[in-house]
Amino acid sequence: MYVLTLLALIPLGLILWFTVSKGLPPALHLEFFTNSFRPVGVPGGGVADAIVGTGILVGLASLMAIPVGILGGVYLAEYGVARWAGWVRLASDVLVGTPSIAIGLFAYALLVAPLHHFSGYAGSVALAVLMLPIVIRTTEGAVALIPSGLRESGLALGLPRWRVSLQLILPAAVPGVITGALLAVARASGETAPLLFTAFGNQHLVFDPNGQLQALPLTVYQYALQPYKSLQDQAWGAALVLVVIVLGINLASRWVLRRQIALAGQL
Amino acid sequence: MATAAGSQVVIPPVRRVPDRFRTLTGAIASVVPLIVVVIVVILFQQASPAVWRYGVGFLTGTDWNPVTESFGALPAIFGTVATSFLALALALPVGVAVAVVLAEQGQQGIRGVIGTGVELLAAIPSVVYGIWALYVLAPWSYAHLEVPLSERFGFIGWLSQPGVRSLFNASLVLAVMILPTLSAISRDVIRAVPRGLRENAVALGATWWETTWRVILPAARAGIFGATILALGRALGETIAVTMVIGNNHSIPPSIFAPAYTLSAVIANEFTEATGVYHPAALIELGLVLILVTLIVNVAALWLVRSTSRDVSRAA
Repeated sequence: MYVLTLLALIPLGLILWFTVSKGLPPALHLEFFTNSFRPVGVPGGGVADAIVGTGILVGLASLMAIPVGILGGVYLAEYGVARWAGWVRLASDVLVGTPSIAIGLFAYALLVAPLHHFSGYAGSVALAVLMLPIVIRTTEGAVALIPSGLRESGLALGLPRWRVSLQLILPAAVPGVITGALLAVARASGETAPLLFTAFGNQHLVFDPNGQLQALPLTVYQYALQPYKSLQDQAWGAALVLVVIVLGINLASRWVLRRQIALAGQL
Repeated sequence: MATAAGSQVVIPPVRRVPDRFRTLTGAIASVVPLIVVVIVVILFQQASPAVWRYGVGFLTGTDWNPVTESFGALPAIFGTVATSFLALALALPVGVAVAVVLAEQGQQGIRGVIGTGVELLAAIPSVVYGIWALYVLAPWSYAHLEVPLSERFGFIGWLSQPGVRSLFNASLVLAVMILPTLSAISRDVIRAVPRGLRENAVALGATWWETTWRVILPAARAGIFGATILALGRALGETIAVTMVIGNNHSIPPSIFAPAYTLSAVIANEFTEATGVYHPAALIELGLVLILVTLIVNVAALWLVRSTSRDVSRAA
């Protein structure tokens, strides 16, 4: 049994090992983070365009998905037994399982084809659709964990239900809600397929979401398939940056959760 | 409350005050089902030129030719199904073993490390899996798995013709990717098996292995099956990592070591260059097929997992 279990961890070790060993050499230069795409043969290429693009795309997506997701999660936790809540939960689980490339096609049909140009807005809408079910479900879980005594005390003191929810329960559930939001952000940062036909990639460092944007996963995907070693090395470097960001967010959210459990134990 | 004899207390009818908080948050939460419906409707509308032109033959045709505008999805469907099932077969033993270990065996420390490790595996972006599979896993698998196996068993047609980009390598990377899902849900299902069952078996003299294999796992069987179907749903939809190692071959491969194609890989590779009316519509129809298949698989899996956890705890 243990042997099979170790077999499960070997790929993780290998992935981390190779990403670090192949990604660190290109990533160790500062210019890797300040320069953008350089054609093959021109030294000094970097992923600044990708980092900025990912930041803009994920930022816009978070603005769309996180408030909606938190309020939706509050609805599911407060009125969870209602029949409509059952449908929302089912739809949320279905959305989590939908292939991300189909969501990319949806965003293309909605925002790229009618407007006749690729855009960061379309990309961030696709990412927001991906993030939404994660935020909703984790918020619901976090709010449901709050003991009902808190809600009853608030109601007993005469507070209206919405004040109890938003000003009493939600602040108490903040660590869990933040964890959910962080996990959704991590997921969105790593997604490639939805961006293939929406943000589409860009070889310059741009800040305009109305046009094409580059993103870290797109860099990894596009450069890795090139036949030039210099671009493949940059792909590994970008993969390392991506892994550091994503694993960093995951570990940070675990830390936040652990703090909450420790604090709750002191109550 | 005291009243004088003969007087009557009039109780006014209760007025139900509309809970505006509920309607407001409910409306916001309704975005989710709305999005699901809109996705299916829009994709169907975009795919309709191809749906009407090719009909059912789209699902059985094997010719994918953008020039003559003749599109058949069978090789892609085959590739998707074959990679997913092969990945499941590879991941299931390891996943169940991890789940058993996480659910009961070992001290807290080791379990914590393994659990964290498996969760980190789930967090790694699919494109990082892809680049690792392309430059590390596929060449290694070609040299150490495909070539030796095809040398020894190549007389069986579907184990011959080893290649670096192959159905098998795509299944291998998919297996690694679905492992966390499989083991996490299986672990929850195994944990839901009531302790009484294990204690009964031990009281009757069973060893740890016998209890696990003959008592716990059979009790959790339906839930593990549900976890398998859920992992299948993930595998069916996986795009980027598969695209990078599948080999982009628009035909049903003669061997699992030969290149093939999957529904999502076709879309990822061809959509940005598809022109005309029928090529993009056919690609979107592929996406529709993919969505409908994963929808059915996921709903079935969720129902299975939920009903098992209820049944198992009810049987206690």
